[in-house]
Amino acid sequence: MWRDALLVAGKDLRIEARSRVATNQVAPFAVLVLVLFGFALDPDRGVLARAAAGLFWVAVLFAGLLAVQRSFTIEAADGGRDGLRLWGLDPAGVFLGKAAAVAVQLALLEVLLGVGVVTLYGADLGGAALVGASAAAATVGLAAAGTLYGGVAAGLRVRETLLPLLLLPVVAPVLVGATRAWEVAMGVSVDDGWRWVQLLAVFAAVYVAAGVAAFGALLEDG
Amino acid sequence: MTAPARASRTGGTGLLGGAAAVALAATVVLGLRLPPTVEQGVYARLIAVHPPLAWAAYLAFGVTALASALWLWRRTRARRWDHLAAASAEIGVVFCALTLATGSIWGRPTWGVWWTWDARLTTTALLLALFLGYLALRRVGGPPDVRARRSAVAALVAVVDVPIVHFSVNWWRTLHQGRSLAQFAPQNDLDGAYTAVMLLGFTAMTLTYAWLLVQGYRAEAARERAEADALADALAERRAESPAGEPVPAAAP
Repeated sequence: MWRDALLVAGKDLRIEARSRVATNQVAPFAVLVLVLFGFALDPDRGVLARAAAGLFWVAVLFAGLLAVQRSFTIEAADGGRDGLRLWGLDPAGVFLGKAAAVAVQLALLEVLLGVGVVTLYGADLGGAALVGASAAAATVGLAAAGTLYGGVAAGLRVRETLLPLLLLPVVAPVLVGATRAWEVAMGVSVDDGWRWVQLLAVFAAVYVAAGVAAFGALLEDG
Repeated sequence: MTAPARASRTGGTGLLGGAAAVALAATVVLGLRLPPTVEQGVYARLIAVHPPLAWAAYLAFGVTALASALWLWRRTRARRWDHLAAASAEIGVVFCALTLATGSIWGRPTWGVWWTWDARLTTTALLLALFLGYLALRRVGGPPDVRARRSAVAALVAVVDVPIVHFSVNWWRTLHQGRSLAQFAPQNDLDGAYTAVMLLGFTAMTLTYAWLLVQGYRAEAARERAEADALADALAERRAESPAGEPVPAAAP
C-alpha cells in the first residue's frame, strides 16, 4: 500500500511539476483571491488584519478545490482511471498517494498565501507552533476529504459544478477550526487554540480512514 | 380525494396515510388553540411543528445513512436499500428546509433576527447543504449499481462529518434554546398543554415521514423499472424496424 502510495504521489507531483498548472494557474488564482478580499473589505489594514485568518483559509479552500479537480482531471484523460485499476495498484495506496500529492501542493500554497497575508494584510503570524500544527492537521484533512470526494465525483460529466457542492459543506469544520486556531496564534482572539488542533486532527484521521476504506469501491466505477 | 381507492389497493399504506393526515390536522387545530405565552406570544405555538420537523429530518437522514451502510455491506446488498436511502434523503431535505424556515419565522420576533450563527442552526444548515449535495449526486445518472455505490459512499462520508460539525460549531457558538422536551417539562397546566400538543406533533411528523417514505420508495423503484423498460423498448423498436428475415445485430449496450 505504502509503495503504491509513493508511486502515485510521485506520478501526480511529477505531472504537476512538468505541466506547471499548479504554479502558473492555481497559485496565482489563490493570490488573486487574497487581493480580491482586499478590494471587497475596507482597505483599512485593521479590518483585513483582524479577518486575515479566515480569509487565508477561505483562499486555501478555493485553491484546494482547484487542486482536487486537477488531481482527477489528469486521470480522466487517456483512460487514466482504467490504467490505475489495471496496474493492480492497491486502491488504498492510490487514495493515499493522490491525497499526499494534493497535500504537498496545498502546503506549498499555504506558505505562499501565508507570505501574502503577512505582506498584504499586515497580519502577525506569531505563535509559530500553533500555526504550524493547525495548518498541518488542516492540510491533511482537506487533502483527504478532497481526494475522497474527488473520487466520488470523478468520471461524471458535471464534476466541476458538483464537487464544490459536495466538498465545501464537508470541510466546513476545517475552516472553523483552522481559522479559530490561527486567530489565537495571531493574538486576535483568546481561546484554547490546541483544542482546535485536536479537532482538526480528528477530522484528518476520520477522512484518511474513510478514504482508505472506501476508495476501492469508488475506483470500480466505470 | 383518491384516498379510499388507494386504501383498497394498498391497505396498510392507506391506513398510514389516513393516520398521518388525522394527526397533522389535530396538530394544526390544537396547536392554533394553544394560549399565547408571556415571553413569546403566539409564536410559542410553533413548538407544535418546529421540533417535530427537526426530529423527522434527523430521522430521515439517519435512515439514509443506515440504508446506505446496508447497501455497501455485501451480505445485505439489495436494490431496496438504495431506493430507501434515496427516498428518505429527499424527504429529509424537505423537512430540514422546513425546520430552518419555521425556526427563522420564530426567531425573527423572539430573537429579533431571521438568522443567527448559533451552533444548532449552523449544524442544521450544513446538514441541509450536505444532503442537497447528496441529492445532486444522485441526479447525475449512470448505471444503477454504479450510482448506488457512489451515493452510498457519499451519504456515509457526509454522515461521519455530522458529529465533527456539531462539535466545531458547538465550541464556536451556542445560543439556542435548551432541548424542547427538557425545557417544557410539565410544571403547570399551560406547559402541560404545550407538551401534549408538541408530542402530538412528533407523532404526526413521524407518521407523515413514514407515509412519504413508502410513497418515495415506490416511486424510486418505479423510476428504475421505467429506465430499464425504456432501454428494452428502444431495443425492441430497433428490431421491429429491420426487415423480416434479415439478421438482427446483437444488442450493443
